[in-house]
Amino acid sequence: MADAPLVRPLANTTPASIEDAPLYVSRKPIYPQAVKGRFRTIKWVLLAHTLGIYYFLPFIRWDRGPNALDQAILVDLANGRFYFFFIEIWPQEVYYLTGLLVLASLALFLMNAVAGRIWCGYLCPQTVWTDLFYAVERLIEGDRRQRMKNASGKLTFDVVARKLLKHSVWLLIAWWTGGAWVLYFADAPTLVMELATLQAPAIAYIWIAILTFTTYTLAGFMREQVCTYMCPWPRIQAALTDEYALNVTYRYDRGEPRGSAKKNNALKAKGLPAGDCIDCAQCVAVCPTGVDIRKGLQLDCVLCGLCIDACDTVMTKIGRPTGLIAYDTEMNVQARIEGRPEVRRIVRPRTLLYAVLIVLVSAIMLTALALRQRIDLSVMHDRNPIFVRLSDGSIRNAFTIRVANKRLEERRYALSVEGLAQVSLDAVGGTIDQQGRPVLAVRPDQTLEARILVTAQGNRLPSTTELRFTLTDLASGETAHANDHFKAP
Amino acid sequence: MSQETHEQIDAVTGVSTTGHSWDEIQELNNPLPRWWLWSFYATIVWAIAYCIAYPAWPLVSSYTKGVLDWHSREAIVQDLDALKAQRAGTTAKLAHASLEEIRQDPELFAFARAQGKAAFGDNCAGCHGAGGAGAKGYPNLNDDDWLWGGSLTDVEKTIRFGARSTSDKGHQGTMPAFGRDGMLKRQELAHTADYVRSLSGLPAEKGADLAAGAKVFAENCAACHGDKGQGNKELGAPNLSDKIWLFGSDKATIMESLWNGRGGVMPAWSERLDDTTVKALTLYVNSLGGRPEALRTRNGHSAVGNERPAGNCRPLALTQIKEGPQSSS
Repeated sequence: MADAPLVRPLANTTPASIEDAPLYVSRKPIYPQAVKGRFRTIKWVLLAHTLGIYYFLPFIRWDRGPNALDQAILVDLANGRFYFFFIEIWPQEVYYLTGLLVLASLALFLMNAVAGRIWCGYLCPQTVWTDLFYAVERLIEGDRRQRMKNASGKLTFDVVARKLLKHSVWLLIAWWTGGAWVLYFADAPTLVMELATLQAPAIAYIWIAILTFTTYTLAGFMREQVCTYMCPWPRIQAALTDEYALNVTYRYDRGEPRGSAKKNNALKAKGLPAGDCIDCAQCVAVCPTGVDIRKGLQLDCVLCGLCIDACDTVMTKIGRPTGLIAYDTEMNVQARIEGRPEVRRIVRPRTLLYAVLIVLVSAIMLTALALRQRIDLSVMHDRNPIFVRLSDGSIRNAFTIRVANKRLEERRYALSVEGLAQVSLDAVGGTIDQQGRPVLAVRPDQTLEARILVTAQGNRLPSTTELRFTLTDLASGETAHANDHFKAP
Repeated sequence: MSQETHEQIDAVTGVSTTGHSWDEIQELNNPLPRWWLWSFYATIVWAIAYCIAYPAWPLVSSYTKGVLDWHSREAIVQDLDALKAQRAGTTAKLAHASLEEIRQDPELFAFARAQGKAAFGDNCAGCHGAGGAGAKGYPNLNDDDWLWGGSLTDVEKTIRFGARSTSDKGHQGTMPAFGRDGMLKRQELAHTADYVRSLSGLPAEKGADLAAGAKVFAENCAACHGDKGQGNKELGAPNLSDKIWLFGSDKATIMESLWNGRGGVMPAWSERLDDTTVKALTLYVNSLGGRPEALRTRNGHSAVGNERPAGNCRPLALTQIKEGPQSSS
């Protein structure tokens, strides 16, 4: 019984003999049919939201005061800053990005453990844009039947005109995709004006051209081939999935043996085995990757669930219960065949582990973000000379320090040092306050490099003394520390 | 390792196998997509076109030049020109501003220091060391002892015209060879060496006749080095009473100085370097920290106890590195 669904002969590639086996095959054209249903609705909603976010996010404003741009999300490459609403990341804080990537992969693992490749079916940009391009294609050229007819029939004026219109709309979407991309890297309203008046930097046009090309090619032509040939995630997926993960499953325990509604009804009446699948092939017709889900879980399937919608529609029409294809597991199919109870276990060690890790990593990141230092001090000892003897016999060490002011207003900091008894500090060209501390003023959101001279009195200095530099924000009292050494003969 | 089996048509997929079998798991020989083949051909065509267009193949004493006539050297020159053009404004400012004006402007001062550091590495480090630490006979530029004066104008003059150099305007002044030229006897020089050491508090040898040394010093050395050995910057006569010794403080070295004389040469760099570079060098050397009193006299008085009022808190002449979105982009 399970034999039939597993056999998956590829009609156009099956060779008669080894010698006839083709080395290369052309893409088998796919004309997905329009479908309505629960999962299609979810896909439309997600498509509208993800694309809406992508296209309009750069225009959201976020007031940061006079010293920074007011774009909510901005990758400021020229100045090395990343803005995300109330968060501002400096290049040396790239570990936040690492944390985000860790979270992203854990989220993928969790999605996968719960319901297989739902990322592929609902959220992957390749799927979303391909979905949009198919929608445009259907709107202009007609549904599956019409498109297949156009492809095999004569090129009439109407067909050519519709194809031209389709490609124009595709290019328009692709161009808008590239256009939105560059807006994340500069002040969006300004850049839109510059682009419109051809005043924008060349690199903006180059990126728009690149993304227009990739969007048009990948969503218009490559489509499901990106998933089957180019993307590594389907392969990784195979290693990550387990028997509990809900996959789009044809319930062959209920569907087989398939046959026309009339024939199977007759068989059932006689008490002979007959399945619910009427072999209408609607599941194949709507599939965006062109697979027959009745052959079982396969690499090409992106788990979008459109075949579920198609099958449910048919089942409702002919008055049979829905759910012949559903998010289910092979384990449950076997369980039903053998009369055992079904097992649905979303909460299990694997999913718990992923969930705990996600919470843990998020907590670590949030804590790090909340306790984040708004000043930063790094100290580098001069290498040559390591120390200098002054005319009065005292010893001086020179350091290059870098002070980072991550606040969006100018701050003044006092530098002090501990570790030596009789010591004086100088900043090249700086001021000294009443306690003998150099005072450094750092502009908003910038760093300042200064040369610091530490001079120690006394003849009997040890060859190495631990030094601890302390930087104090004169306004807030916030401090930053850095350790180094004082070298003497 | 795989076992070789016969290639066959796989019953499940209808695809032929490669004939490789790992623990009886066979490998399918799925056909490649045709666009992959065309992409592969396209890369070959691209490679050939590239070889024709750009320099590609090494020959015995040359290489294929390519029809586009592209040269990596020209590309570098273009990049350098672009950099120069980008810096033109600051470079022009540096050329026209006075030393003191530059020091008042944090960004210009930073630019001058960076340029000075590069020029120092190219021209000065050979004698003075990479960080200006000096060596025996070559002054350490980090300390506070300046043979010819440590103010900005003094340092600039020394760099520009040198000392005992080929330039008429260079510093002059030589330590005579008192022994070699027979001006003083060895015994007198020995007393003098003991006395010179005592000027900076170094312990005297047993049997040293400091009074005799003092007498010789007063008659022969004080004219240049001063009554108390405090030195004379006009003549480049070192201060003998401080803790810094250009050649060394041991008696043998001092005897050598007295016997043979000294006269280190600093070239006149104006003969080789342009004015702007000399300016940048002056500011860089000054910033090494050799004159802390100069560091604090921006307002003409000591900054100690005179912290500038809040509000007008632009940093003093510190290296302000532009990293933030200060200028709108």
